[in-house]
Amino acid sequence: MPATQSQFLEVQGLQIEASINVPGEARKTLRLVDNISFTLEKGKVLGLIGESGAGKSTIGLATLSYGRGGCNITGGKILLDGEDILSLSAAEVRNIRGTRIAYVAQSAAAAFNPAHRIGDQVIEVAIEHNLMSKAEALAYANVLYEKLGLPDPQHFGQRYPHQVSGGQLQRAMTVMALCAKPDLIIFDEPTTALDVTTQIEVLATIKTAIVDTGVAALYITHDLAVVAQVSDHIMVLRNGKMIEYGDTDKIINHAVQEYTQNLVSVRTLEKPEIADPDTSAILQVKHIDAAYDGVNKILKDVSLHLHAGQTLSIVGESGSGKSTLARVITGLLPQLNGEINFAGTNLSTNLSGRSKEQLRELQMIYQMADVAMNPRHTIGQIIGRPIEFYFGVKGAENRRQTIDLLDQIELGEKYFDRYPAELSGGQKQRVCIARALAAKPSLIICDEVTSALDPLVADGILQLLMDLQLKHNIAYLFITHDIATVKAISDSIAVMYQGSLVRFGKKSKVLAPPFDDYTQMLLASVPKMELGWLERILANRKMQSADN
Amino acid sequence: MINKTVRSVASHLSWGAKIGLICLIIFSLAAIFAPLVAPYPQDEILGEVWEPISSSYWLGTDQLGRDILSRLIHGARNTFFIAGAATLLSFFMGTFLGFLAAVSGGKVDQLLSRSNDLMMAIPTLIFALVVLSVLPSSMLVLIFVMGVLDSTRVFRLSRAVAVDIVVMDYVEAARLRGENSLWIIFREILPNALSPLFAEFGLRFAFAVLFLSTLSFLGLGIQPPDADWGSMVKENKDGIVFGIPAALIPAAAIAILTISINLVVDSILSRTSSLKGGR
Repeated sequence: MPATQSQFLEVQGLQIEASINVPGEARKTLRLVDNISFTLEKGKVLGLIGESGAGKSTIGLATLSYGRGGCNITGGKILLDGEDILSLSAAEVRNIRGTRIAYVAQSAAAAFNPAHRIGDQVIEVAIEHNLMSKAEALAYANVLYEKLGLPDPQHFGQRYPHQVSGGQLQRAMTVMALCAKPDLIIFDEPTTALDVTTQIEVLATIKTAIVDTGVAALYITHDLAVVAQVSDHIMVLRNGKMIEYGDTDKIINHAVQEYTQNLVSVRTLEKPEIADPDTSAILQVKHIDAAYDGVNKILKDVSLHLHAGQTLSIVGESGSGKSTLARVITGLLPQLNGEINFAGTNLSTNLSGRSKEQLRELQMIYQMADVAMNPRHTIGQIIGRPIEFYFGVKGAENRRQTIDLLDQIELGEKYFDRYPAELSGGQKQRVCIARALAAKPSLIICDEVTSALDPLVADGILQLLMDLQLKHNIAYLFITHDIATVKAISDSIAVMYQGSLVRFGKKSKVLAPPFDDYTQMLLASVPKMELGWLERILANRKMQSADN
Repeated sequence: MINKTVRSVASHLSWGAKIGLICLIIFSLAAIFAPLVAPYPQDEILGEVWEPISSSYWLGTDQLGRDILSRLIHGARNTFFIAGAATLLSFFMGTFLGFLAAVSGGKVDQLLSRSNDLMMAIPTLIFALVVLSVLPSSMLVLIFVMGVLDSTRVFRLSRAVAVDIVVMDYVEAARLRGENSLWIIFREILPNALSPLFAEFGLRFAFAVLFLSTLSFLGLGIQPPDADWGSMVKENKDGIVFGIPAALIPAAAIAILTISINLVVDSILSRTSSLKGGR
């Protein structure tokens, strides 16, 4: 083969199309990926970045010569060591997959078979392709477990997927990819489903693994700050087209295209802190204990308060009890001890014990806008229902008020008769905001409302929420794991860890030293959009025992 | 305008569904206009026993010498009406109670589900025999008994479907808004449970036709000399031993009916589940 070592993977003018076939309509062809070219050397990492729908994963899978359900590679070449893998037969492609190119999926929890031991799944490829004997493969896997800092490497492979944490499973998947000693690994959003404190460990191990084994890697993510830490080159994608392609320093510090600049400068939103008014707080949570089974406390002695028209952010990792606190406040989960004061009255622990007026004053916005709206109701019905339910407004007047709300969320009348499935993720979340707003509440609980959205879209939602707060004097209880969001919108912050309140106070106090250990770690773990951040953090902090 | 609507509906149906729909329309028209369409009365003995297909008896004659085509057309009325009404009744009862159990949870769920188990523990046919032999034999009683017995199956399905939907955020949002159970059942759950229920409806209807024929055979369903398709199969089944196809004709009619219903239902299913992003 004529290929030189320097151009190990070469993609030329890749074009991918999908045909959709709705019964009763003509067949339509969508171009998902349009004229993408890049090269990759051994030992280098190329970051593919873009919003959802940009075609990142489709390109990643195409380098495995694989088109997901209905996607067809209709043009271009993918040269692996000079050999066009798109022209290979199915059997030859099978030989390349796993052995020369490996894939690390986004959700390790869903990618592992829960019925088999991790070790058996990790060495499967190597054995299937007769690369190693079983004993050799197991031994090599053990070496890799150790290299990636997994606990008890000699026995790690004997565990089942549910017996290890999410971060460990994601590292085990990297081991699986490395086990057959491939030349190229595709990482498809490997840290997106992880908490920031876990993400940093996984990022570090992925980086060491790439350096140690000298493989080439494609790193797919929507988080520019993450990709800046691991890759040598970055390609910015949008709607299947290349926006910008260059080395990491150029993209982060000297981006040419406006879209890239927006991505880099996202989250510059900053809300000035408002001093507490003299009036008593609108929401007071006093010494709350809560448990789902009545025994194991998820919340331990949580007390906080929130003033009208202000924003309180609750931060913490998954499992810290943030969402449980929201369930207690809304009355879905009766607390064991403690009480909740809302607008001067005591809230009943049970949903059925609360008056319609109390229900109206306290609205909620969910993380997944997809499932928070009935897919069989039109947008008009979804937003109009609270108006009819709480205020008895029907018919033309209801329609007028609903359209008014649609205007406030910047969607407009044309969306009135549409169904949720016809909207994009950000638009859906806007409709959920309008539904909450329709009840004219004084407090809205926002449960991770932006975490399922792309950064630019999320920014728009946060901006909208802040505008509405000023206009209607609504208080927000904002639950999130994203520190950047917290900094942008809060007046006060509560940090939670394993069901307890670690830190609570005004934003300026909580985010200023001296920190407690946990808050320190949380703040330090948030990826910064600068080169070499990961190395500095790791140098600063000794890798604590690798058991999280 | 109407023409346009018809055409737009037709364009959304697959070719299978169109065939099914045409068959159903033909069957329904035959049932509605039975006295006008049928060449002979249904209970008149016209010729020899089990005469073959001829120009005067298009589908031959049955075990007493009656015209099979005429009995088929008259029988469509009974079969369609009783099986249809019983299935509808079972769906109204089953889905409502099933959704109620899923929405209420706790004691209400336990009470409804365990009583349902109790009903299902008794073999359906024996239960029906006992009840029908005690009650006066009229069409309404027959529909009621068949409907109630069948609703146990529908209950289980609809409860299982609704339990999945009840935990969705939009149902929680409705609860937080303060909506009552009826709103949640009819406005939040029902529209999202229609697809599996439609599918089950096609299947249940076919079972109802068969169940009706079983009852007729035992003398508790349609009373002779009235015809229904199931009982026609039973009446003529002895002919098969002698190579006479009379029993196969009503059996084929049942098969075509069932397949037609399922073709139409499947098409509705793929349409409702693809467009609005629902189940």
